[in-house]
Amino acid sequence: MAWFTKAPEAPLRVPAEAIWCICKKCKAYIPRDEYIAAHKVCPHCGYNGRLSARERIAQLADEGSFREIAADVIAHDPLKFEDASGSYVAKVTAAREKTKIGESVVVGHATLDSIPVVLGAMDFAFMGGSLGSGTGERILQAAEAARKARCPLILCTASGGARMQEGIISLMQMAKTCAAIQRLRDEGLLYISVMTDPTTGGVSASYAMVGDLNIAEPKTLIGFAGRRVIETTIKQKLPPEFQTSEYLLEHGFLDKIVARKDLKAFLAKTIRLLTAAK
Amino acid sequence: MATKKPAATKKPAAKKTPAKKPAAKVPAKKAPAKKPAAKAAPAPKAEPAPAAEAGAPKLIPSNPTWETVKIARHPDRPLFTDYLNAWCPDAIELHGDRLVADDPAMFAGIAEIDGERVVIVGHRKGRTTEEKIANRFGMANPDGYRKAMRIMRLAEKFRLPVIALIDTSGAFPGLDAEARGQAEAIAKNLADMSVLKTPIVVVITGEGGSGGALGIAVGDRILMLEHAIYSVISPEGCASILWRDGAYAPVAAQALKVTSDALLSLGVVDRVVPEPKGGAHKDPKKTIETVRKAVLEELRALKDIPIEELLERRYAKFAAMGRFAK
Repeated sequence: MAWFTKAPEAPLRVPAEAIWCICKKCKAYIPRDEYIAAHKVCPHCGYNGRLSARERIAQLADEGSFREIAADVIAHDPLKFEDASGSYVAKVTAAREKTKIGESVVVGHATLDSIPVVLGAMDFAFMGGSLGSGTGERILQAAEAARKARCPLILCTASGGARMQEGIISLMQMAKTCAAIQRLRDEGLLYISVMTDPTTGGVSASYAMVGDLNIAEPKTLIGFAGRRVIETTIKQKLPPEFQTSEYLLEHGFLDKIVARKDLKAFLAKTIRLLTAAK
Repeated sequence: MATKKPAATKKPAAKKTPAKKPAAKVPAKKAPAKKPAAKAAPAPKAEPAPAAEAGAPKLIPSNPTWETVKIARHPDRPLFTDYLNAWCPDAIELHGDRLVADDPAMFAGIAEIDGERVVIVGHRKGRTTEEKIANRFGMANPDGYRKAMRIMRLAEKFRLPVIALIDTSGAFPGLDAEARGQAEAIAKNLADMSVLKTPIVVVITGEGGSGGALGIAVGDRILMLEHAIYSVISPEGCASILWRDGAYAPVAAQALKVTSDALLSLGVVDRVVPEPKGGAHKDPKKTIETVRKAVLEELRALKDIPIEELLERRYAKFAAMGRFAK
């Protein structure tokens, strides 16, 4: 068929996503290479695009240093949960296939600027980064690994909160993770919580907030209750900066806001200052 | 004391309310939910759907779990103040978080129960409308959680065991609560209670609402009243997210497994305290006494355990939650 007889509604083109990334906030088109090189930070509005757990680890761990632990710990379905759109098992299986990780957090040993650490990163793409039993167990194992190796623990959070499909077991992960981290801290070891967009609900009300250092990326959503829930409860409009990292810094709940490009250097520097690591 | 009497004298009237109240409540809740229901109608399948589509006032059939939810929220169910007045009328309430405020939604104090010196903390819902409003219906602010923790630290210092009574629909979702760090306050309590060097007995007496409940519910023994509920999210909240309609709360409640028997088999609760037939509100006095005996029994058993071992067991207990055999 001659090219000029082709219907106009089916133009020959490369999908935009292959070359461009679109900023979720300002909708600007950014050349893909440039966007990846900037760790998915929009050069126009400064919005921090969401990183997968693997991308986050690649950004912070020294190249080739990451050794994953607890990879065999995966989600369970203690309630045999089923809702209007299907079973939890089906959803979690789909999430596993989509993200290629076993749970909403990936943890392991690594070196960060040559400092041995235990590093964990949550993945929002895995069921909204929700805190399930597998997530809690992985975090507990990360804390225990750090305790054994006597090295700092760094957790990067990205989560909508507890995973309601696991019901009460999910809620208990808040207590479980906090207990594990408290043990670590009681032994004089350092725990740094890095909050990334978003860190809300049960995760903000547990391990994300009990860091020796609580740091966050700019313009990150951090909060306990959902914005709409608060608005309907108190019947007033909330200010736009409400529940952002800037808001939390102002109210005294963050030690510092650190830009993504500076994150690795900041972590290395603070760990060295606090623990005299070499 | 004052709150105890009306509860007792109201009993004959109370018999009617269980049938009336939920019935009156349901349509009220349905009304605002109607719109999204129309949109979501094709999505929810199976049993509830036909009833939903049949007429204007959509009715989701109840189930045993939902009946328990209604009992747990029953207006005549014994509240924190009723337990306190019966167990130790001369308890000394201690106020304030020493930072910004004193939260009436959270009680903290010292008392003597049957010769045992204890610290008591608990959510205070309030019985009268005035009390309920003043106490934000038992939904605590960060100040409440911090006050509870401050007094629990006092318990640790003087080696008094802690009794925590849980009855809240959740932590308060408000502007000030967020500004003062609701998440941080709860998180800190979870971490601190996990290593608090004194025995902690927790009783879920009514509603165990999510993080707001857990914020004072980390302990060595977790007791739960037979018809109490304990959940990661309210059935209404879960239904509005996963069923896209809050009216599906009865279905969500069942799926969430919020009842004492389910939680006992999941290992989240150690002991279920039986209630009089029909629920605690049928005989508050008897319920309060049964709970008192159970708490004292647990407390006395814990006192004999060396503190290091107790903490080890507490850690192991929570670490095991959500750990499943492969």
